[in-house]
Amino acid sequence: MADLPKPEELAQIDHSPSLHKGLLGWMDTPVQIRPGIALYAGKPQSLEYVGMPNPREWNPMDEDWKLPENWKEIILEGLRERLDRFRSLKVFMDICVRCGACADKCHFFIGGGDPKNMPVLRAELLRSVYRKEYTTAGKIMGKIAGARELTYDVLKEWWYYFFQCTECRRCSLFCPYGIDTAEVTIIGRELLNLIGLNVDWVAAPVANCYRTGNHLGIQPHAYKDMIDFFCEDIEEVTGIRPNPSMNRKGAEILFITPSGDVFADPGTYTAMGYLILFHYLESLGLDITWSTYASEGGNFGFFTSHEMAKRLNAKMYAEAERLGAKWILGGECGHMWRVIHQYMDTFNGPADHLEAPVSPITGTRFENAASTKMVHITEFTADLIKNNKLKLDKSRNDNLVVTYHDSCNPARGMGLLEEPRYVIRNVCNHFYEMPENTIREQTFCCGSGAGLNAGEDMELRMRGGLPRANAVRHVHEKHGVNMLACVCAIDRAAFPDLMNYWVPEVDVTGVHEMVGNALILDGEQERKTDLRGEPLPGMEEEEDV
Amino acid sequence: MNFVVSIVFSGAVVTLLVLIPLVGVWAFDLRVLFGIVIPYAAVATFFVGLVAKVVGWGRSPVPFRIPTTAGQQWSLPWIKANRIDNPKGNGGVVLRMVFEVLLFRSLFRNTRMEFRNGPRITYEFEKWLWLFALLFHYAFLVIIIRHLRFFTEPVPFFVTVLEKLDGLMQIGIAPFTGFQLPGLFLSGLALLAAVGFLFLRRLISSQMRHISLPGDYFPLFLIGAIGFTGILMRYLLKVDIVAAKELTMGLVSFQPTIPGNVGVLFYIHLFLVSVLFFYFPFSKLVHLGGVFLSPTRNLSNNSRAVRHVNPWSYPVKTHTYDEYEEEFRDKMVEAGLPVEKAPEQPEGEASEEETGEKE
Repeated sequence: MADLPKPEELAQIDHSPSLHKGLLGWMDTPVQIRPGIALYAGKPQSLEYVGMPNPREWNPMDEDWKLPENWKEIILEGLRERLDRFRSLKVFMDICVRCGACADKCHFFIGGGDPKNMPVLRAELLRSVYRKEYTTAGKIMGKIAGARELTYDVLKEWWYYFFQCTECRRCSLFCPYGIDTAEVTIIGRELLNLIGLNVDWVAAPVANCYRTGNHLGIQPHAYKDMIDFFCEDIEEVTGIRPNPSMNRKGAEILFITPSGDVFADPGTYTAMGYLILFHYLESLGLDITWSTYASEGGNFGFFTSHEMAKRLNAKMYAEAERLGAKWILGGECGHMWRVIHQYMDTFNGPADHLEAPVSPITGTRFENAASTKMVHITEFTADLIKNNKLKLDKSRNDNLVVTYHDSCNPARGMGLLEEPRYVIRNVCNHFYEMPENTIREQTFCCGSGAGLNAGEDMELRMRGGLPRANAVRHVHEKHGVNMLACVCAIDRAAFPDLMNYWVPEVDVTGVHEMVGNALILDGEQERKTDLRGEPLPGMEEEEDV
Repeated sequence: MNFVVSIVFSGAVVTLLVLIPLVGVWAFDLRVLFGIVIPYAAVATFFVGLVAKVVGWGRSPVPFRIPTTAGQQWSLPWIKANRIDNPKGNGGVVLRMVFEVLLFRSLFRNTRMEFRNGPRITYEFEKWLWLFALLFHYAFLVIIIRHLRFFTEPVPFFVTVLEKLDGLMQIGIAPFTGFQLPGLFLSGLALLAAVGFLFLRRLISSQMRHISLPGDYFPLFLIGAIGFTGILMRYLLKVDIVAAKELTMGLVSFQPTIPGNVGVLFYIHLFLVSVLFFYFPFSKLVHLGGVFLSPTRNLSNNSRAVRHVNPWSYPVKTHTYDEYEEEFRDKMVEAGLPVEKAPEQPEGEASEEETGEKE
């Protein structure tokens, strides 16, 4: 693992490609794969488990990537096939005018300065090959027409840069034609996977998810243990022990959340928040079950190929059908919600075995989810709060000065902006927004999404997260913000490292952790600490005793 | 591409394109070729090429509903949804596309990243690209409409009105009026100014220099040359406008004629325009059609409410619950989790496989 430079060193960033590099031209600037930026290669057993091509040990730092002999043929055939299948790709390959509006919108370019991380150039990596193979001008005029041969070096460049994109779609927002680099990256990665070029941090979770139902490879008994453990912790704090059910047939609602919530802090506290909420609602008529088979909301298949995304996503509907649930409630997660909102029904629907979601507590019918039959938990909770169904003590979160990070996918692939804010405003007293160019639809990525949340690429992650951290620091200095709230498991996994690096005074929470802290359970004991075991406001003294 | 090579190459090609009709008409008197054959071929190429392009795009389906949402979704009735930037239905999509196509709404969002040491990053006001892009396209549109004068008889009233408006600003101000020069059209100057801005932007900004291809400089130079020759013809080296119209009316009525007295400058102008028409379908200029077909803009964000169908969807292999329970049944039973099938007999030591847990 490469040594991570200090923040002061990392912050020396040059955004002007030098004249020298300009004279050489980006097409002729060979790729240099750097440790700290590149990820480890996918392991053969991960690929084998799900039947993906060319499983083998290989190392991106090596000269030889052990590709099949006809790799070029496979890629070009794959590209042709995808041009025929995706209008998005076909149009995006043709219409970019290189106006450069996207150039300084990418968090990786802002934090790193590598010109090939300008979204326009990332797409040109693929576009140049498209021109060479599929346009007359490109075939005849070559580089003059912006076309170039797909060589081994170009292929390596693809791999290096398609795994430096988090598919956050911020560039797409600013593009006058809506050209979506996420679409280019998704399809680019799909092509690379045809010849076994992947990264371990995507391939292993995919294999795990396929086998055990979740990315972390948590087996059913261990999953149940983790939930039991949370219930114990909740009992310690509140005096009440929730009694969640797992894999229970006949439950009205199936709950699915990213497995990160049951495995890694601070996501675990968010999971406790869900448990407290569900326990609270039980007496009001909530009939909900968790599942160990569909124990993953996230979908790393989406970072592999459309097909793999569909294969992993299939579990959600299958499990809901097996259990006889009426609809599905989904936890806080980013790309999970892009997949659910924009893909799931198309992938694996129609879910005729389910019913249009109706909140059993408020009677609200979620018309916006009438076909997919899956509701986001902040939509569900916001509706509860609006209908005065929750007794909340905001002051329990008074130690927190909160800002909210819009996760890329719910923001730009769904439009979930107000629901989480409404919940936050109702569970805490101190909430401040980051500057407007960095939130809502213009939100900046955590820098670790789309399968980049590994350890070996820490420099890349710290660079990619810089714009977000910069905005957090702004509100930290201006308003004393000490807590970064989010609705994404990758955020919760990535931000602690990022904050620690750039803004160490700020901690990270899920929205439902704060709900869990504020919610007043019937018959609970006087709470002295929050779910993290830290003293509540005014309880610091007693804690010392 | 190296930007010096790109610029020199594009400049050289445009120079050559000026010389070809100059030599062709002057030295070889190829008026039929440059006045009739090439313009017809160019227009035919343009239409056939553009239609083929759009049909080609249209042939590829839109398997998934992937709008880029730029505002609040429609969810709970008491949360105000953004009907334009996050359209729920087709009405919103139409509005979104109207704003996009006519006002370049996405480009209007543009900001400029300022990076200072610390680091401190801010996002500053940057509407110049939007402004000049808008100026460029609308100036072009006005010029095209004004040119309808050459293809209609009588000239429709809107063309005359537009000409008046276009010339309005200059009446009485232009120092040339005394020299019996026609009133200056704003659109021509605006076009050249915008072309100048768009070129300088590519040249001055190191990022732009880095990403620009010959295919970015060439159309700018070509359009600049078209505008320049047009202005030259109108104000300085005047051509016989009556003869010119005779030629253009001949073209549009499919009774082509070559009047003897149109100046060579006219042929140069016409040839450059023809080249633009030829070039159009094979270049980035097809964004004219593509902008309407971009799935991140022209789809409503209702994929949870209404099912979107993927025409090439195919069945995939999944890991079923039965396979899952088969592997973990004993552990599930031991943990008190319900199972579909009771375990047959104790299997002794189940293999405890490494799961490769990630943090």
